[in-house]
Amino acid sequence: MTASRLATGGSAIDRSRPIRFSFDGATVHGFAGDTIASALLAGDVAVVGRSFKYHRPRGIWGAGVEEPNALVDIGGPRATPNTRATTEPARDGLVAKSVNATPNALTDRNAFLDRFARFIPAAFYYKTFMWPDWHRFEPRIRAMAGLGTVDADWTSPGTADQINHHCDVLVVGAGPAGLAAARLASGAGLTVTLVDDQQSPGGSLGHRAGEIDGKPAAVWVKETIDELAVGGHLILPSTTAFGIYDHNLAGLNQRHFNGRPDTLWRVRPRQIVLAAGAIERPLPFANNDLPGILSADAALAYLRRHAVLVGRRIVVATNNDSAYEVAGALAEVGAEVRLVDIRRDGMPAAPANVPLVKGRSLASASGKLRVDGVTLDDGTRFDADCVLVSGGWTPTIHLFGQARGKLAWSEARAAFLPGDPVDGIAVVGAAAGAVSLSDVFTGAGPAFAPLGQTKAPLPRSTGPEATGGILPAWPILGSKGRIWIDYQNDVTVKDVELAARENFVSVEHLKRYTTLGMATDQGKTSNLPGLALMAGITGRTVPEVGTTTYRPPFTPVPLASFAGARVGELMAPVRRLPLENVHRSSGAVFQEYGGWLRPAHYGGYADAERSIADEARRARQSVALFDGSTLGKIEVIGPQAAAFVDFLYYNTMSTLKPGRCRYGFMLSENGVVFDDGVLVRLDEHRFVVSCSSSHVSAVHARLEEWRQDRFGRGAVYIHNATAEMATLTVSGPNSRKLLETLGLGLSLDDADLPHMAIGHGSYAGDEVRVARVSFTGDRSYEISIRADRAEPLWAQLRQAGQAFDAVVIGLEALMILRAEKGFIVIGKDTDGTTLPRDLGVDGPRVKRQTEFVGRRSLFTEEASCDNRMQLVGLAVPQGEAPLPTGAHGIKRIDGRLRSQGFVTSSYQSPTLGRPVALGLIERGATRHGETIDTQHLGKISKATITAPCAFDPAGDRLHA
Amino acid sequence: MQLFPCPFCGPRDETEFHYGGDAGNIRPDGADVPIDRWANYLYLRSNPKGAAREIWVHMNCGEFFVMERDTVTHKVLSSAALDGEHVA
Repeated sequence: MTASRLATGGSAIDRSRPIRFSFDGATVHGFAGDTIASALLAGDVAVVGRSFKYHRPRGIWGAGVEEPNALVDIGGPRATPNTRATTEPARDGLVAKSVNATPNALTDRNAFLDRFARFIPAAFYYKTFMWPDWHRFEPRIRAMAGLGTVDADWTSPGTADQINHHCDVLVVGAGPAGLAAARLASGAGLTVTLVDDQQSPGGSLGHRAGEIDGKPAAVWVKETIDELAVGGHLILPSTTAFGIYDHNLAGLNQRHFNGRPDTLWRVRPRQIVLAAGAIERPLPFANNDLPGILSADAALAYLRRHAVLVGRRIVVATNNDSAYEVAGALAEVGAEVRLVDIRRDGMPAAPANVPLVKGRSLASASGKLRVDGVTLDDGTRFDADCVLVSGGWTPTIHLFGQARGKLAWSEARAAFLPGDPVDGIAVVGAAAGAVSLSDVFTGAGPAFAPLGQTKAPLPRSTGPEATGGILPAWPILGSKGRIWIDYQNDVTVKDVELAARENFVSVEHLKRYTTLGMATDQGKTSNLPGLALMAGITGRTVPEVGTTTYRPPFTPVPLASFAGARVGELMAPVRRLPLENVHRSSGAVFQEYGGWLRPAHYGGYADAERSIADEARRARQSVALFDGSTLGKIEVIGPQAAAFVDFLYYNTMSTLKPGRCRYGFMLSENGVVFDDGVLVRLDEHRFVVSCSSSHVSAVHARLEEWRQDRFGRGAVYIHNATAEMATLTVSGPNSRKLLETLGLGLSLDDADLPHMAIGHGSYAGDEVRVARVSFTGDRSYEISIRADRAEPLWAQLRQAGQAFDAVVIGLEALMILRAEKGFIVIGKDTDGTTLPRDLGVDGPRVKRQTEFVGRRSLFTEEASCDNRMQLVGLAVPQGEAPLPTGAHGIKRIDGRLRSQGFVTSSYQSPTLGRPVALGLIERGATRHGETIDTQHLGKISKATITAPCAFDPAGDRLHA
Repeated sequence: MQLFPCPFCGPRDETEFHYGGDAGNIRPDGADVPIDRWANYLYLRSNPKGAAREIWVHMNCGEFFVMERDTVTHKVLSSAALDGEHVA
């Protein structure tokens, strides 16, 4: 037994609440307030995982977000892969498993890989498995590499809350600097939001010595937090500020430990104060990745917060002053501690009972599954069950970097510090390079200066002061053994050297080539040593090499946080019909069509194809009822309305008489058909654009754009009335007879209401508009009525329809009916190249003298070339099945198959008793009667090009 | 996420806006516009580094407007209605 729990102490743990959880199948004991890591340490579990590539045994390194090694998969209903054991609270019954280890971390069966490490350096896999095909090797290699495992069947227990929040000052970090800044901001009358990723505030004050305003640090922390809470400020513990985005939007992820998904906060402060502290760096020596080698500061945190003593015989190796307090504290509780400092002079006095070796560094560590000793650069060997290292401090300036803040290299601190100020962001405390509490507090003063003067006094440090002496100890070439730079990605000094040799000397290339600084920890401990090594190899300074780009998130954020409530149908809400429930009770089967939820057919789920065919056949026999409420109804009103629709439509519309309708195209400026539909002229200055159901919002936006750009406010007014009105369609030879039974109060006589005309009537006191337009090819009436009054009308249509053997049809049957007639659906029977001429409508291009959208594009070389794809009908030989939609018309050029167009719509017509199809075929309009080959999934069949209309080409049924 | 000032609604989240194109890209009328000119109008964009004048539409109120933005810093320099009457 080496690491152990002390009998007393531990500010974070509650010894009255023991807990038990499992790690790799074994039971681990702990107390409330433990993290998984502190409990594992207390139980002397040294090996907690295996490394990414070589499957090396790895132990706990740190005590916070920087942890590169101790990742665990949490199982159960709150399953999370790759959780840092150092930040995950231990709780009763939790099931944790080490990552990248089979069957467990201690006896991983892929551990043999490490013996071949010298043959698999950086980029080994890229270079080796190229022939014959990477994909043949990929599954096995992927299975061996990697970290945690995602459970594909896991579903979130709920949706994450997302909260938008505004405040004057957002303080990131509740250590001494953050607390001081928050208190001063509060004293200036500003609203403060204080976030900290730990469960309890205080930051380094939780384990480092300090006395503030004459009080112990812990007391000062509590008083400050209480004062802020009383002042009504928002304090968010267990919350990580993971990103700063444009215009100083800060993203926070708040954790809950009761099973609730995390909460995403979007905070827009006037000023951001970054007080995120600093992260301790490792030291370079051979086998510096062995379990039992920890960050010195982490060991102090485990001691003072969790009463965990990380070893009995401890070597503390350092290049800076901060490890001296650690060595002293460990010696005080009875550990045998030896301090090795790289410096010869300028260091603090050695703590009591701690022998100090000056001017020496560690050359190597030894041990198999945990460290058992170290050898110094002069050959001296010390036995040790734990090695603590401090290679200096890397300020946590990630968020400052994300906000495009420039960094400045500090020789004195051997670190990058914030450079030129960024508007709206101040960096304070250790993140700004401050070391002593006095410096921290002085720096916190001006953090929010742009927003006001504070009345609160500056806190004063009245206790011992930390010093920041440091002699850089970067990894260098030529050292013996394998020296780890990046623990998480198994990047060693040799890998960086290889990258340099192959000219991946840019820091961004270094990262991609070696994976240095990738994955869940994003190089929080490794980036600086890595780029300092690259600087040394290439004869540059550290700032000349520079850092990789800082990007959000600072720590991993669950996708559930970003998704929030936008899951499932809420991700893209469907539009619904006013009569949806009525249709459901009639056995409608609903599908989404262009954003609308509409009845596909009314035959239940059993035999959809037969129901659809039945609806399409009966619709031609007597009368069909169809809910066409999705059809666009965009009103264009105003003195310039006629000129406006002329400009928007390809066809001249201003010559339309009030009370009449005209079919036409809208084009894009590149001449392509954008939408088709019927335009209704209600009166001199009022039109209704009846656009395709799925294009309503796009057409509306387009009308608005041209209105505002070209016509102006007073000229035209546009009102989208689509949702206000339901449109019920009555179609078929007996449609007029059925309509006559309703008594709508308007003449249905063909002289008064001919095809392409509208009439006004009323139903149960509500105004109805009856339009004689047809998408079926049969005599049809579209009745538009207030959406909330449509239900009785629909009911009466169905009731009265019984006498005529009326059939209610869904969209699938309508698609068959319109395809029989050769009526197109834009975007289905046309694509992004289809010009009006390709659909056989060339008149307006030739005849129109007035300007319209897309006009010039119809006179280009491309528009006039003779091998364009044109709309045709396609017939198959007697007895054959319908062509597959998407099948290509093919031809042979020099013996090779080439596409000459494709099938856009294809159905079995129950009325005609044969398939009907539409397609876009090269020069199709001039090739009627020609038989071509079509191919679909390798199968070739014949089709004959015909006119698009296969049913009632003379159009007699419109008037029958 | 950026905050854009709609001249009619004030500062709003960028997700409420759509980009409309370069401001000042005047449409040439006529079937006989020189083809280069028409192609410029249709396809050629200036894509400046730094200050850019752009048309945006605030989807919530439906109004198109001119916004000047710095494409490097994403700072909004000005925002005004098409007729210049409303200035945010």
